[in-house]
Formats: sequence, structure tokens, C-alpha cells
Amino acid sequence: MMRALKHVARSTRGRVGFALVGFLVVVVAGTSFVSPHDPVAQLDLDRLQIQAPSMAHLFGTDHLSRDVLSRVLYGARISLTIALLSVLLSATIGTGVGIAAGLVGKTLDAVVMRAVDAALAIPRMLLLLVVFALWGHVDVLGLVTVFALTSWFGTSRIVRAEVLSLRQRDFVTAAHALGLSRRRLVLHHLLPNLAAPVIVTATLGVGQIVLMEAGLSYLGLGIADPTPTLGRIIEEGYHHMLDAPWISLFPGLIIVLIVIGFSLIGDALHDSLNPRSS
Amino acid sequence: MTLLARRVIQGLVIVFLVATLTFALVRLAPGDPVAAMSPTRSLTEETREQLRRNLGLDRPITTQYLAYVSHVMRGDLGTSFIQNRPVWHAIRDRIPETILLALVALLIDYALGVFLGVVQGTRPKSRLDDLLSVTTLTIYSMPVFWLGIILVLVFAYGLGWLPSTGAVDPAVYDSLPLAGKFGDRARHLLLPAATLGLVGAAATARYQRAAMLDVIHQDYVRTARAKGLDERVIRVRHMLRNALLPIITLFGLSFPVLLSGTVLVEPVFGWPGMGRLAAESAAGRDYPVVTGIAIVGALMVVLGNMLADLLYRVIDPRTRAAA
Repeated sequence: MMRALKHVARSTRGRVGFALVGFLVVVVAGTSFVSPHDPVAQLDLDRLQIQAPSMAHLFGTDHLSRDVLSRVLYGARISLTIALLSVLLSATIGTGVGIAAGLVGKTLDAVVMRAVDAALAIPRMLLLLVVFALWGHVDVLGLVTVFALTSWFGTSRIVRAEVLSLRQRDFVTAAHALGLSRRRLVLHHLLPNLAAPVIVTATLGVGQIVLMEAGLSYLGLGIADPTPTLGRIIEEGYHHMLDAPWISLFPGLIIVLIVIGFSLIGDALHDSLNPRSS
Repeated sequence: MTLLARRVIQGLVIVFLVATLTFALVRLAPGDPVAAMSPTRSLTEETREQLRRNLGLDRPITTQYLAYVSHVMRGDLGTSFIQNRPVWHAIRDRIPETILLALVALLIDYALGVFLGVVQGTRPKSRLDDLLSVTTLTIYSMPVFWLGIILVLVFAYGLGWLPSTGAVDPAVYDSLPLAGKFGDRARHLLLPAATLGLVGAAATARYQRAAMLDVIHQDYVRTARAKGLDERVIRVRHMLRNALLPIITLFGLSFPVLLSGTVLVEPVFGWPGMGRLAAESAAGRDYPVVTGIAIVGALMVVLGNMLADLLYRVIDPRTRAAA
């Protein structure tokens, strides 16, 4: 794993990816210090409505005289927090389910994998809409739960396939022959070999969840008002597209940077962990 | 059993499981459907009981489940709270618009994506390859609705070339001759389809490039060169045809992504399709419509996968022998 990371750090893609994500994480972690204004404060409804970007307001102000830069920073912080937590959870669930399906027995495997097939057949956005039509608005923790519970299907399939192929390998047969407990087999022999594909999928998953969260909040679903989320800022700007295009422009650019960063890291990791494809 | 019959049965099983999943979600959700139907809460207890009985909510859960699944399998998806008519009718009206949008988007996606991937894959590590790689990664990383907003800003408001919203121009559409009607529809279709198609093409190009790089060093390509075949023939007949196989797998996988995309793109362009209906119904908490669209969407995905299977067999003779 360390070797892989070094390899990633030497590739251009890996470097650019780490630089982008590192920069964004630092800025976002320091939002409270960096952010010039309160993201929901209406600074001056008479004089500061819809101001184009300037030195005073780098990203301009919106129709309610709020500072767009501050809103985007807070939005990015929420997006990244949600995405990272969701991916951590969904990777864990997916790995657990995949190992169980590949290891325990044929019946469980068949039942779980058919259910995963069905879940993968529902377009993810439609599945999320079903959840929000039924539950209404949720808080950050609720949204993380929803994303985690709807994002593990792909991981479980990859892990299961990997477990099935690992089972044929000599070191697993040897472990069986030595009478190792199933727990020890999973922890010491399977998990280290599963880490690579799971980490690659998870890294690429971060960007996907950032995009989905933005989409949901664009549609007015997800986290309730007035929390500034990137999708909601874009939606607000949509109504002022002609007189204030900067409101929608900046949050979109931040999303693009986040997704590019994680994609580059994911791709570089993928290449260094599968030397054949590089 | 023939492969087709097996595929149809697998598809039906998936739709059955999807119906089971939506039933479970509806039952797990907080609150009672009767309360969701009448948020004003002005109903008497008696009316509530009556409604509950009409909806079958007083029956045991297993009975409700069996009734629900058998209704879904027969195409009865329930009644919309907002539109007060069968969910299937509400969806049925919107399906043609979404299919039209999705098909044109797919066309742009694969025509452009495969072309760019071939251009890149035959000139790896060149300046053009690097430039296209950065471009496709950037487009691939864009929120699809944001790309839509930018295209509207540039091509509808800025340049004034194309309309910004709707599927037709309601003021003049009915009075236009047939060719004019076609032109009007095409003009309205172009921006939303390009939005969906561009994001798809970015992904397709990345796959196609990788697939081309996989075949570039194969023995049969070297043999073809050694035979002195024309480079264009090698590219199309030897490289592209083999490099298309992973793309067809991608084609099968692109239906769920495409349908998710219509949910976000249709509202931007006021496109009267299924995706916008799903988004609006979710915001209005009209869950029978949303679950109905999820089931119909899953059915479309299943059909799309069957189509991809079929294409695979056309392009790769080996899979025909194996079946």
C-alpha cells in the first residue's frame, strides 16, 4: 500500500489530484477563519444586492446581498463532509456484504446478489427521490445515512468477485488447511487483499456523492433551508442567470474541482495498484 | 430454454424485487399515507378510517404486500395524490418525451465519445491526447444541471440561437407545417440532449481511449500491419471493432446514469418528461408517482441491458457460439 502511494505521488495525475484535494480540504477545514462573512447574513439589502465580483466580494453577492464566497465555502464544507462520511460508511457496508456473500454460502450469496441486481437497476437518482418523497427533508446525518445505504451495491459486487477469486488461491487453501478461524481468515488474509479495489472505488465514489448531493439540493431536496449547499446556491443563481451569472458559476466550479481532484487520485491509485493497465 | 426467455425471466425477477423494495421503503417511512394525502388534517376520524379501508391499510401486511406486487406486475402503480389520477397515466404521458431526449443524448454520447476515444487512443501521449484528456475529465466532473445552465446562458440568452425552455414553442407550434413542427422540436431538443450527451460522451471517450490502448499492442494488430494493410483499415476493422466490446458493456450500464441525468436536466430546460415529473412529485411528496417512476425506470434499465446483450452478440461472434 505504501509503495502504491509513493507511485501515485510520482505520477502527474496523482500529484495534481493530491494538490487539488489537499488545497480544498485545508481551505474548507478552515472555513470559519477564511470565510469573510456569515454565509446567511444579508449584508445590506439596499446597497449590496447583486454586486459583481470585486475585491470586497471576490465571488460577488447574491439577490439577498449575501457574500457568495462565504456561501460557497460553507457549502463546500458540507458537501465534502457528507461525501467523505458517506463513502466511509458505504465502503464498510459494501465490503461487509461482499465478504459475507462470497464466503458464507450459496443461498445467502444468491439472495444478496439478486437484491443488489435489483437495487442497481433503479437509477440512483430515482431511488433517492423515492426516499425523499417519503421522508421529506433530513439533516446532515440523515443525508449521510441515505447516501451510505444507497451507495454500497457496486462495492459489494466488486468485493464479492474478489473474495470468490481469492478463495481459489493457495494461501487461502493453506489457511483453511491450518484450521484458521473464519474471523482470522477474513481479518488477516482477505481484508489486506481487498483494500486496493475498495480504496479505488471509494475514492472515485467521493466525487459521485458530491455530484449527487448537489443535484438533490438543486432540486430543493436533501438538507433543509437555509443551510447553504452548493446545489442550492446554483439553484438560487439560476433565477438570476442574466443579471448575476456569478452566483451559479462559482459553486459549480468548486464542484468541478472537487470531483476532478478525487477522480485523479482514484485513477492514479487504480494504475499503481494494477501495474498491468498503466 | 433460449437465452431470450432466460433474460426475460431475469428481468421480471428484477422488477418484482424492485417492487418489493419500494413497498418496504413505503412501509418503513414515518407517518401514515392518509396523513400524507391530506396534509391539512381537516378530516374527521371517520373519513380517515374510510380512506384507510379504501387503501387497504387495515389488512395484514402480507396481504398488502401481495396485493401491491400483483398490482405492479399488472401495471397498476396506484393513484397520484396531486394529480388525482392513476400513476401509470401520469407517467405514460411523459415517457415519449424522456425516451426522445434519452435517445438523442445517447446518439451524441456514443458518436462523439467513440470518435474522441479513437482519436486519442491512436495518438497516445500526444499533445492532442493530453488536451482531450483534460477536457473530458473536466466535463465528466461537471454537475449535469450546471452544464445545462451554462449552455442556456451561452446559446439561448447570449447568442440567441436556441430556445431556453420547453419541448415546443406553444405559441406557434400548432400552426406550423410538418417540416416546421419538426424543426421546432429539433431546436428545443438540441440543448437538453447536448447537455446529457456531452457528460456521457466524456465518460465514453475515457473508456474508448483505454480500450483502444488495450488492443493497440495485440498480435493481430501487428499481423495486420505486417501484412501491409492500410492503416485506416487496421484502425476500423482490427482495432475499433475489438475496442468496441467494453463500450457495449458501458452502453448497458449507461441507462441508469442517463435516467438519473434526466431527473436533473429536464427541470433546467422545462422539458415535459418523466424526470421532471419525478423531481416535482418528490418535492410535492407525491410518493406513489415517484415509486411508480422508479419501477418504470428499473424496467427501462432492464430492457436497455437486454439491448446491450443483443448488440454484444452481433459484434462478437464468440458470444454467439457460447450461448
